[in-house]
Amino acid sequence: MSTTNKVLHAIYNDDDVLMDAVKKTRAAHHHIEEVFTPFPVHGLDKAMGIAPTRLAICAFIYGCTGLSVATWMMNNIMISDWPQDIGGKPSFSYIQNMPAFVPVMFEMTVFFAAHLMVITFYMRSRLWPFKAAENPDVRTTDDHFLMEVAVKGDESEMVSFFEKTGAVEVKVIEKH
Amino acid sequence: MYTISSKLKTFSIVLMVVGLLGIGYGFLTAPKDIKEVEAILAAESHGHGGGHGEAHEAAPAHAEEAHATEAHEAEAAKPEAHATEGEAGVADQAHDEHAATGDAAASHDSVTTSVDTAAAPAVAEAPAEEHREVAAAHAEPAHADAHAEHEAHLEHVLHQLQNKPWAALYVACIFFLLISMGVLAFYAIQQVAQAGWSPVLFRVMEGITAYLPVGSILFLIFLITCAAHLNHLFVWMADGVTDPKSENYDALIAGKSGYLNIPFWLIRAVIFIAGWNLYRHFSRKTGLAQDEAHDDANYKKVFKMSAGFLVFFIVSESIMAWDWIMSLDPHWFSTLFGWYVFASFFVSGITVICMVTLYLKTKGYLEYVNTSHIHDLAKFMFGISVFWTYLWFSQFMLIWYANIPEEVTYFITRINDYTLPFWGAVVMNFVFPILILINTDFKRVTWILVGAGSIILVGHYIDFFNMIMPATVGDQWFIGIPEISSVLFFLGLFLLVVFTALTKAPLMPKRNPYIEESKHFHY
Repeated sequence: MSTTNKVLHAIYNDDDVLMDAVKKTRAAHHHIEEVFTPFPVHGLDKAMGIAPTRLAICAFIYGCTGLSVATWMMNNIMISDWPQDIGGKPSFSYIQNMPAFVPVMFEMTVFFAAHLMVITFYMRSRLWPFKAAENPDVRTTDDHFLMEVAVKGDESEMVSFFEKTGAVEVKVIEKH
Repeated sequence: MYTISSKLKTFSIVLMVVGLLGIGYGFLTAPKDIKEVEAILAAESHGHGGGHGEAHEAAPAHAEEAHATEAHEAEAAKPEAHATEGEAGVADQAHDEHAATGDAAASHDSVTTSVDTAAAPAVAEAPAEEHREVAAAHAEPAHADAHAEHEAHLEHVLHQLQNKPWAALYVACIFFLLISMGVLAFYAIQQVAQAGWSPVLFRVMEGITAYLPVGSILFLIFLITCAAHLNHLFVWMADGVTDPKSENYDALIAGKSGYLNIPFWLIRAVIFIAGWNLYRHFSRKTGLAQDEAHDDANYKKVFKMSAGFLVFFIVSESIMAWDWIMSLDPHWFSTLFGWYVFASFFVSGITVICMVTLYLKTKGYLEYVNTSHIHDLAKFMFGISVFWTYLWFSQFMLIWYANIPEEVTYFITRINDYTLPFWGAVVMNFVFPILILINTDFKRVTWILVGAGSIILVGHYIDFFNMIMPATVGDQWFIGIPEISSVLFFLGLFLLVVFTALTKAPLMPKRNPYIEESKHFHY
């Protein structure tokens, strides 16, 4: 248990088999550390019991930020700082000239929401250029699925359990 | 099979009866002559108190009220407004608008003996110098007789007040007709797109579009009453508008009479309504035949029919919007108006599908409809609400930005006289839906969807109100007994027809090629 940091790699070559194996593993109360797949497997997160993402909530907040920035900026530049008469547009107050600012407000909202959300995604997923790949088996980017399970208790019993779930290959490795 | 509950039946009949009584009341209480209008206006100026009435004696007070309606007069092209313009020999459009603002300034000068631009309506935003120039030019012919001006104003208000019950009926009539059209368009799109999620909802949509034939007939009758001069909703229909010798002559409308003439207008209406009803009739019939068939020939027939209908629909819809709504303001035009009207009733139609589905689901009639289907409908409600806002804003902002007098009067009358409905529609049709329906979980909760749907439907009723009322009743609008009763009557009729139609066929299509996929749809 705490004395070892061995993990078990069960490799599958079909996403339906993988989904079944994930459900069985959860039922048998083995702790799934990670699942590596070459493509998104629909419903995998639910089967693994992963909490829903809050990225959309972030995006909403970022959008509100963008809207505020645009409003503040246009008000500061066009109304407060130098309220010139440009082609007869009323620059007495923000609301009077607002239709002209809406395109900016809209684009800024989208810009902030999109970019900040993407950056949040990168940071939360720890993705950046020159990052060392964390791939345990190169085949998982092509046509294999790999489930990584923490080894607890009887190792050989676990291996036979995972072989029964339809794994094409089961390995136990020491994790550093 | 669905069976209509007796409660629902009674409820809709009660709505219709109450609505009819209210509509009758509206027609009975509309003023019949100028004297009644004078009494109403006098009561109003007391009610509003202050500014106008106290400073001046009776006649000037009316003249001052004339300012407020002046902008509208120019735009709605009431005969009397054009009488004065015609006398002055105003022919070109831009000049026409200045004449109106000039009239306002001039009557102000002559009556109050002081140039008080602050008291003038928003038309005063146009350069003041121009006002005075034109005012000087028009002062004599237009205001030779203050009494005549007063009489003309009273007649103008009389027409507006007489239009009120008609316009109230018209808004409700076209609103419910177009809701069923929105559903029909959605239905056709789902057929053509071979959507895998919606076939379980086809019978619900067909049930809602069953209102189309009924609504069409009532609407056609209404159009015929307009053509028969029983009301003054469409100013371009007035006598003498196209006759240069008449005092009602309007050069602009006369120039458009090749398109805006009663026979052609009625023929177009009949063709469009016939086309829509034919598609509705045959798609339903063929769809039901598919249930009993042994192959998919009927399905393919509906597919082809729907594709053809969509082409016809988008053309007829655009022209319909010009004919039935834009021509109420025959001096004004907008190129994206057809799309704007479409977005308005399309989102209303989808909302109605969603609400009827939720109703049937909670009554236990739609076994295979799950929250994913509801979620998809809610996404459409959300998306098309934003699409409506996009078109609303595009139309408004382009006109506001360029501020060409010829076009901008449309929005000036709406912003000045319809401030709350005008902005309120944007809040109800955009701000509320975007904040409520943006959340994924909310899109699956019945009571939230019913709430958001009600807001959207009321919002789009107000949207149609905003399109139609300023051109017909101007600043005399009010959402009172005639307006609410008209809505109640058509709502009752709509519910009765729709839920009766739902009992006519099983709610689940049997042999639609996509029905299995739809039953197991999961998002």
